[in-house]
Amino acid sequence: MSESNIIISLDHVSKWFGEKRVLDDVSLNIKKGEFVTILGPSGCGKTTTLRIIAGFETPDEGNIFIGGELMNKVQPHKRPVNTVFQRYALFPHLNVFDNIAFGLKLNGVPKDEIEKRVLRVLKMVGMTDYEWRNVDSLSGGQQQRVAIARAIVNRPAVLLLDEPLSALDHKMRKDMQIELKQMHKKLGITFVYVTHDQEEALTLSDTVVVMNEGVVQQIGTPTDIYNEPVNCFVADFIGESNIFNGTMIADRLVSFMGHEFECVDEGFGENVPVDVVVRPEDIYIMPRTDKGQFDGTVSSCIFKGVHYEMIVNTPDGHELMIQDYNAFEVGMEVSMIIKPNDIQVMKKERVCNTLEGEMIDSTHVEILDTSFECLPQEGLNSGDKVLVEVDFDKIDLTDDKRDGACEGDITFILYKADHYHLTVRTESGENVYVDTQDVWEDRDIVGVNIRPEDMRIRLAEAKA
Amino acid sequence: MAKLSNIIGKRSNWSIPYTVFLILFVALPLILIMAYAFIDESGRFTLANITRFFGDSDALSTFAVSIEIAIENTLICLLLGYPVAWILANNKFNRSGVTIIIFILPMWINALMRTLATADLFNMLGITLGKGTLLFGMVYDYLPFMIYPIYNVLRRMDPSYAEAAQDLGAKPANVFMNVTLPLSMPGITSGIMMVFMPTVSTFAISEFLTNNKIKLFGTIIQENINSSMWNYGAALSFIMLIIIGISTLLTGSGEEEAPAGGGLI
Repeated sequence: MSESNIIISLDHVSKWFGEKRVLDDVSLNIKKGEFVTILGPSGCGKTTTLRIIAGFETPDEGNIFIGGELMNKVQPHKRPVNTVFQRYALFPHLNVFDNIAFGLKLNGVPKDEIEKRVLRVLKMVGMTDYEWRNVDSLSGGQQQRVAIARAIVNRPAVLLLDEPLSALDHKMRKDMQIELKQMHKKLGITFVYVTHDQEEALTLSDTVVVMNEGVVQQIGTPTDIYNEPVNCFVADFIGESNIFNGTMIADRLVSFMGHEFECVDEGFGENVPVDVVVRPEDIYIMPRTDKGQFDGTVSSCIFKGVHYEMIVNTPDGHELMIQDYNAFEVGMEVSMIIKPNDIQVMKKERVCNTLEGEMIDSTHVEILDTSFECLPQEGLNSGDKVLVEVDFDKIDLTDDKRDGACEGDITFILYKADHYHLTVRTESGENVYVDTQDVWEDRDIVGVNIRPEDMRIRLAEAKA
Repeated sequence: MAKLSNIIGKRSNWSIPYTVFLILFVALPLILIMAYAFIDESGRFTLANITRFFGDSDALSTFAVSIEIAIENTLICLLLGYPVAWILANNKFNRSGVTIIIFILPMWINALMRTLATADLFNMLGITLGKGTLLFGMVYDYLPFMIYPIYNVLRRMDPSYAEAAQDLGAKPANVFMNVTLPLSMPGITSGIMMVFMPTVSTFAISEFLTNNKIKLFGTIIQENINSSMWNYGAALSFIMLIIIGISTLLTGSGEEEAPAGGGLI
């Protein structure tokens, strides 16, 4: 804790709920006065992270520091944080005034000061004259304001907000977002905000923490996260994007969709497989011309209020989403340009599936807790620990789980311009990654098959 | 036959069996109690049965004892039952839900049999039957009626209320006093009603567990009816009904505010 302006620090925090690891080595530093948003899909561990900061959960591994002090075993009531709960959790047996005064009364604040402070926060959240109302008689938005007032009246160093706007309608959310931002400025305290709404995160925050499956994917400013996503998950989750399989030919030269493009990225090496992200508004589209880098045909065009959103198909079978202020009619022949600055190149997390397994006999190997047939292996004995490599496009998925050697469910679907890249969580708890042209749905339960000739088996290096 | 299908076809006719049942077994007995309470043996209208109670020092003192025992029983049940309900409602201690069955199980056995067995147990242990044994038997019989409604309310309570209180600086004791307890009031009131009111009118427990040394209000009603003093017995029943009615109204008003309140199962 050398930096004194860091108020909350999570240091390699892990948390299990039974067998399930909900937080996996989460490290995070939050600066004093920052508006930090923890963003991710449901079940990504964002709420658990917030609950560890508030003290409702304790880390199984790692440490949590608030204001430089170790807080692992400190009870919630002794922490300098206050929470705005998702469903507000206003006490139904108390009126608005008593709800807000709850914390102050417990801390023995004198009566006249309680009254002064309660009235002041009520004014701040725009709820003057509501102090004697029953909380059940308030609308969702009003309850939300009371919940915020109840938290900030205690002058916490950190305000924790757990999806506070999720129960409100769209218009109200927009208004409350602006008010929250103003409140953050006025109070000058640290806000830690949890949401699954990427637009909300980009609008409100100084720093966004993107999480998925209990792992921090990226930490950065909204612009960083949007313009320079570190992996496909972040690129896909934040905003719209075109994601391609590409090859880094050399420094500042990348190839994808069968064309070479200049880019600004360096240091990947030569002929290295990479993921490439291009935002739909960063592709320049024009009527067919020789000056374009590549050509295509418009297959759909939708007016989105400010811009048009078009789907363009290239002759080699790629499908691109393009946003432009000008409409290009369906069926029109067009040409496109992508500028070096607008190409975001990301290192591939993996280039094929690598599964840990064990030889059963010379023609069978156990991977994913299932026995798979393999080609006769020379030099491998039964019981040998092996690594099995399978290319993404060599894994077959079946509709009926009984047709597969083992069963799994699709947890993540990524569209990569000419195919889908699926993440399938098998029953053994391992992920397999599948490239396919078929359309599957999120949460589909599928069977998984691997042909013997598609497995590359080698002896696992003995662990020291 | 067309007529029969007409009768069945009309939805409102379906209530006829229930109406008949209610008239025969609820309304009629109440009317009979009222009628008997206000006539004398020769069938003339009189208030003598009612006024007799207020001059009958035996009956009055029995009444006072009944109320006292009922209050004591209710209090003991509440003090024992609340913590049990709290433990049962807490997932940490009651993962499988088996524990709640253990507490409900005795209710599956006839109360009279349990009471007789308890009396025998006391006799075997050489414990003199008296007020202590009476209270023991009553608590034993009525405790589940206190536990279950409180358990129901506590189990359904949103845990974020307690978390919010902690978050605002409440120590565990404050969380209980300022949030959990007030929010479980509907369960407490219905538990109190389910224990207090039957206790006032009980007679079997006092008969078996005190050898009739202590008489309760239910006992003297039963004695009067048994010795064919129907009118006085009816008048005493009538007075008891009034008391039950008043206490229901008093506790019932609190219940309306929290419809989530728990009943028995």
